[in-house]
Amino acid sequence: MKTENQRGWLFVLPVLILVAFNALIPLMTVVNYSVQETFGNNQFFWAGLRWFEEILRSERFHAALGRQLLFTFTILIIEVPLGVAIALAMPRRGFWVPVCLVLMALPMLIPWNVVGSMWNIFTLPQIGLLGYFLNDVLGINYDMTQQPVSAWITVIVMDVWHWTSLVVLLAYAGLVSIPEAYYQAAKIDGASNWSVFRYIQLPKMKRVLTIAILLRFMDSFNIYTEPFTLTGGGPGNSTTLLSIDLVKIALGQFDLGPAAAMSLIYFAITLAVSWLFYTLMTRDDQ
Amino acid sequence: MKPRSLVPLIYILFLMLPIYWLVAMSFKTTNEILGGFSLFPQEWTLANYRAIFTDPTWYWGYINSILYVSINTVISLAAALPAAYAFSRYRFLGDKHLFFWLLTNRMAPAAVFALPFFQLYSAVGLFDTHLAVALAHCLFNIPLAVWILEGFMSGVPKELDETAYVDGYSFPRFFATIFIPTIKAGVGVAAFFCFMFSWVELLLAKTLTAVEAKPIAATMTRTASSAGYELGLLAAAGVLTIIPGAIVIYFVRNYIAKGFALGRV
Repeated sequence: MKTENQRGWLFVLPVLILVAFNALIPLMTVVNYSVQETFGNNQFFWAGLRWFEEILRSERFHAALGRQLLFTFTILIIEVPLGVAIALAMPRRGFWVPVCLVLMALPMLIPWNVVGSMWNIFTLPQIGLLGYFLNDVLGINYDMTQQPVSAWITVIVMDVWHWTSLVVLLAYAGLVSIPEAYYQAAKIDGASNWSVFRYIQLPKMKRVLTIAILLRFMDSFNIYTEPFTLTGGGPGNSTTLLSIDLVKIALGQFDLGPAAAMSLIYFAITLAVSWLFYTLMTRDDQ
Repeated sequence: MKPRSLVPLIYILFLMLPIYWLVAMSFKTTNEILGGFSLFPQEWTLANYRAIFTDPTWYWGYINSILYVSINTVISLAAALPAAYAFSRYRFLGDKHLFFWLLTNRMAPAAVFALPFFQLYSAVGLFDTHLAVALAHCLFNIPLAVWILEGFMSGVPKELDETAYVDGYSFPRFFATIFIPTIKAGVGVAAFFCFMFSWVELLLAKTLTAVEAKPIAATMTRTASSAGYELGLLAAAGVLTIIPGAIVIYFVRNYIAKGFALGRV
């Protein structure tokens, strides 16, 4: 049982200062921009909630949000079941376990722009391994820079390549924590593979899987560098996800007011979904 | 070999293909790359690597990246260790809210913060320093480190703390000589994740630097756009960014799977 001790505040003070410096000051800057209008020369005028109304009504924002939701939903649907399946098929002990883990974790340690460049090189028609194989060997017409569908599939396959291992590692950590006795008991009862999975493995993995889904949701919702390096948001606007659109507005067009309002709406959506997850999870803990 | 061990095998093969292609490209000459498709380099060349190791703007990119990543890991761990102890041992006013607030910073899109970060770090005179990037990455690394360490610390029985007090240890001495060595696996895992997320992040690192502390990833994007399409050079630079991660992961291979599993959320 934890003891009631206000000394805890003293211990968290360094963390508080560092994170507050990095989080609160920029957040206040964003809030500040979001309610003002600027015509350059560092002159600002009160704009009230106009930017928020404008963004919430703008079709461009709806389209970017729609693409973002589609992307996040698709990668979760693919990565979570695939990750669990791979974790289930992995050996539980022996020489191959650390080898598998190291090789699987490798994509996660590659800088995000390198991931984008790597997939770009990999998928170039005629030059790239995948591009050559699809176009010249299988005869499928594939060109990421021209066809929105190819670009979408490539962005999704790249994310599956990049992050499925996170689900594998977490699910595997949950699996190895199951005592051997559970399996023996199930064997004596003559349980099928499915019931072992449904009543022993899945409940034990529930906690780590929720963490995995939460992390994958947050990170895929904020994804910027990889798709931007790979497709630049194109062809057209077809792979312009929320972050890419935001950076275009903020740094490309320098529309600080609308960009700030969009940032806050964006952050609020991420926060709301994550809070929902968090409450559901901590409720189960008690 | 059981048929089900084919699943991880095929998955690893899928993971290795783009990496293989990057490595193969890095040993090819520009002429060969543009000349047509070849599965293996026909004339092996080290010219791309030589170009990187002899050009200061290239190799300083690596040194800069390693510098700020190391500074960030040290700061994150130093701040997160006492905080994680407080979360795992004490109940204090607002502790649960504070924990969730910390995690929310992991959720903030970096794109949201890019411009304000630039202004903030310019205002305090840290723009284009390693410290600026190291501090900025604390935004998402400290919450993660607290989360992981808290999980490991909660796994240590409270009796350890009590015995140490009875034996007359002061708190700092107990913390440094008994407690931290007990959770050294957790410290390793937390350090690994701090290293990883600081190493792979580009948007903030690029925004906060210009010349002096420019990360390798930014050097790469600028090369890709300015010098046309020097694919071989780009591939060689990419290969070199994979190596530090591969070395670090090798050291923590036995702990990595446990890292998140022991965290609470």
